[in-house]
Order: sequence, then C-alpha cells, then structure tokens
Amino acid sequence: MRYACLIYYNAKTLFGGSPEANAALSECANYDEKLKESGHFVMGEALELPENGMTLQVRDGKMSAVDGPFMETREMLGGIILIEATDLNDAVRAASGHPLAKIGSIEVRPVVDFSTPPPEL
Amino acid sequence: MNSEENATFEAIYRAEKRSVLATLIRLLGGFEAAEEALQEAFAAAAARWPRDGIPQNPYAWLVSTGRFKAIDRWRKQARLAAALPDLAALADELYEPAMPEDISDDELRLIFTCCHPALAPDARIALTLREVAGLTTEEIARAYIASAPTIAQRIVRAKAKIREEAIPYEVPTHVQLPERLESVLRVIYLIFNEGYSATEGPGLTRADLCLEAIRLGRLIVGLLQDSEAMGLLALMLLHEARHHTRIDKAGDIVLLEDQDRSLWNRNLIDEAGKLVEQAFATRNIGPYVLQAAIAAIHANASTAQDTDWTQIVTLYDVLLRVDPSPVVALNRAAAISKRDGPQAGLAAIETVIQQGNLQNYPLAYAALADMQRQLGMIEAAMISYQQAIALTRQPAELRFIEARLADL
Repeated sequence: MRYACLIYYNAKTLFGGSPEANAALSECANYDEKLKESGHFVMGEALELPENGMTLQVRDGKMSAVDGPFMETREMLGGIILIEATDLNDAVRAASGHPLAKIGSIEVRPVVDFSTPPPEL
Repeated sequence: MNSEENATFEAIYRAEKRSVLATLIRLLGGFEAAEEALQEAFAAAAARWPRDGIPQNPYAWLVSTGRFKAIDRWRKQARLAAALPDLAALADELYEPAMPEDISDDELRLIFTCCHPALAPDARIALTLREVAGLTTEEIARAYIASAPTIAQRIVRAKAKIREEAIPYEVPTHVQLPERLESVLRVIYLIFNEGYSATEGPGLTRADLCLEAIRLGRLIVGLLQDSEAMGLLALMLLHEARHHTRIDKAGDIVLLEDQDRSLWNRNLIDEAGKLVEQAFATRNIGPYVLQAAIAAIHANASTAQDTDWTQIVTLYDVLLRVDPSPVVALNRAAAISKRDGPQAGLAAIETVIQQGNLQNYPLAYAALADMQRQLGMIEAAMISYQQAIALTRQPAELRFIEARLADL
C-alpha cells in the first residue's frame, strides 16, 4: 500500500539556527537515500515556504487567489514523501526515522484505493 | 523483473518473511531493527536476484543480508557519533558469522514474546496476528471492526513495552513453560472465537481469522509436542468442520441435533480425532483436550440420538474438576438431560443457576426453559425464555430464543 508522509514544522524553529535543527536539516537528504535502500521510497519533495506560494479558491465560477498562508501560522506543511509500505505500522516505522520528526511532526496518511467505496460520513 | 520472476519473488517473500523476521529479531535484539533489516534485505533481493539468480537457501541469504545491512547502519551511526563506542563494539560482535540456529526456535521465541502475559490481552492478539501470522495492520482492523490507527497504536505500544521492560526473546524455561504456553493457546483460541462467533459483519475476513488461528495451532503443535496444544488444534478443527451447518441461509442458528451431519468435513474430524488420541496418550490431559474429546464424540455420532451421552457426561465431570467454570457446569447439566431425561436435566440446571455467576448468561435461561417446555411447564418456560431474551445481545441468538418462545 502507498502512504503519504506529510511533514509539518514550525518554520521559525526549523530555520532558527539551533544546532538540533541544523543537524536535522542536513540529514534529510540521507534519509531519502535510506528510504530508497529499504525499498519504501516512491517520491518526495520539500516545499518552499508558503509565502512563496498562493492559495486559490473558485466560487460561483470566479477565482480568487491570495498570497500565503504566512509563516505565522504555527505548524505548516513543509514536505511530502510518498512511500510504499506493507501496512500502517510499517509506514509509521519508516516515517519515524525521518530527521524532521524530531523537530516537527509527520502525518502518515494512506493513499486512497479507488477500488474501495468512499467513506460514509 | 518479468512477471514470472515477480511471482516467484512474491511467493518467496510470503513464505520466508515470517521466519526471516523471527531470526532477525534475535540477531538484532529488537522488532524495529529487525523490521528495518527485513525490508532492506528484500529490497536488496529484488535488485540482485533477477541478475544473479535466486540463492539456494533464500532464508539464509535474507537473514545474512538483513543482518549486514543493520550492522552497516550501526557502524555509520557509530562513526557519526564517535561517543558511541558500545554500538561499534556491538556491531563488531555481530560481524561474527553466526549462522542462524534452529529456525523453528526463532518462530517459537516470536510467539512467546508476542503472547507475553505482561502485554494487555488486546495487544497480544494484535501483535500475534501481525508478527506471527503476517497479517497487515489494515487486515487486523477490518477483522476486528476497529480503525487501522487503533490497531497500529496497540502494536506500537506493545513493542515499546517489550523494549522498555526488556521482555526476553526466548522460549520460556521448563518451569515457566506451562503458564506461558497457556497464554499463547488462549490468544490463539480468542482469535479463533472472534472469527467463529461472528454471525454478522464482513464475512470473509472473519473466516480468515479462524483459518489463521488453525494455522497458528498447527505451527505450535509442529514445534512443541504439547498435549494441550494438540487439544486446542483438535477443538478448532472440530468447530471448523461443522461451521457451515450451524447457521442456515437466513443467518439463523441451527442446533447441533438439527444440523445436516452429511455436510460436516470428515477430513478435519478425522485429523482432530487423531490429535485427541495422541493427546490422551501423553496422559497429560487439560481443558482443551477434554473439550476436544467431547466435541469429537459429537462429531463422530451418526445422529444426535446415537451420541454417547454417558461418555460426554463423564468427560464433563473431569473437565469440571480441571476447569470449574459455571459455563462448563451448565454444559454438563445439559448433557445430563440428554442422558437421564428432562427431569434430571431440570434439577441439574437449577442447581447450576442457584450456584450463581450465570445471572447474565442468556443461554442458562434458554436451557432452563427448554427443560421446562419438555416437561410441559409452559408458564415457567415462558418466563425463562423472556429472561433469556432480556439478556441476549446477539441478533441470531435473539431470533432463535424468540422463535422458541413463539412455539410454546
């Protein structure tokens, strides 16, 4: 099964220059390699700060786009890694070794299998 | 890999994954390191086998590759943090080409660790299904109608507990063995019952639980020639042999005496019969062997009338001595009614109910009502059936008792 690991962090902490944060940042590339070696890695990208992006909505056929969101928002999405894992426990274990788990948090979400019915809410 | 190689690889993965993991846990000293190493070993195999061919002994290849991958990682870490000489020493030690001992020992270690009494009962079940039976977190969640994160948490916590309390990865010593084996057998029987007792819900995954439990039972019997393990396996096989006939097409309960015996699976019944004989020959007879022996008498009777009720009552007498539970006492009383008639049965059931502990057990009142009905005590029977209805929550059970009440 495929799982998306969504990496969240507080940008001020991660880029604040502390030795822990700097160490974590420098280890990120190594961890991608490790996930490749274990056969988990499918793809992964780090994201630029949200202030370099935009948020858009379409309502009544009209698009509005705004800057941001901005760094002030506490934890923000900072990267996505897509992995192939045998199950949720395997995915959580694979993600738990990521250096940014020590600074921010990682949400592990199963990728939807469209052969199964959608959830009933 | 072409599709044929892929299929071969998949087959090897399924066949070897559990035993490779069991050995790696011993060699690397923990679940996490072992699971990581297992993953790396299979990834390496996927890359190398298509080129170099499948090794003669895939198990040994995967174990040594996984072990070297882990050691490599530890050495790198030790080099990064020079302050960890212990880790480097440990890694050096592991470089010793210690070939795996007996594979089956490792599988036993794994089962005993997963069913350790220090773990919560729910955790033992989830851990056993995932690590020993090889089910995924999601499959376990479906079978237990729980969410995957709930099951995942249970597994994560159980593993943390094993690490923190340093629960040893070993087959218990002779002194501890009976108690620890009892926990293992109970976990297997709980898994079986979960699959067996469900009359509603996603049918397929439930049936899988029964088959998994039987597979685990066979594994234990194969590894440890223990009479109670044989008894449990026989008991599960006997239930499984009859399970298609105990519920009709409408999902209603069919009593043992009304089941179509020609549909019972003779192969399973014969296999169970041999296990019961083998277990009795050890002269070490516990509750599972006795229950299996009782079930075997039922399974081998050509009709309900032909059943050897005298022998069944005798076996219940012995069972009651080793396992003095009220439910066993109730079953014994029901057997007495078959042997000596409803008057004796009524007296026996009344005695059991008066002893207490069955106040919330609907089947006690249903059995009482049955005796009263057979003796023409219609008013008393109505009251007893109503008591049973008030206590039951299982839909099929409810329909069954209501139908009996309506027949009065």
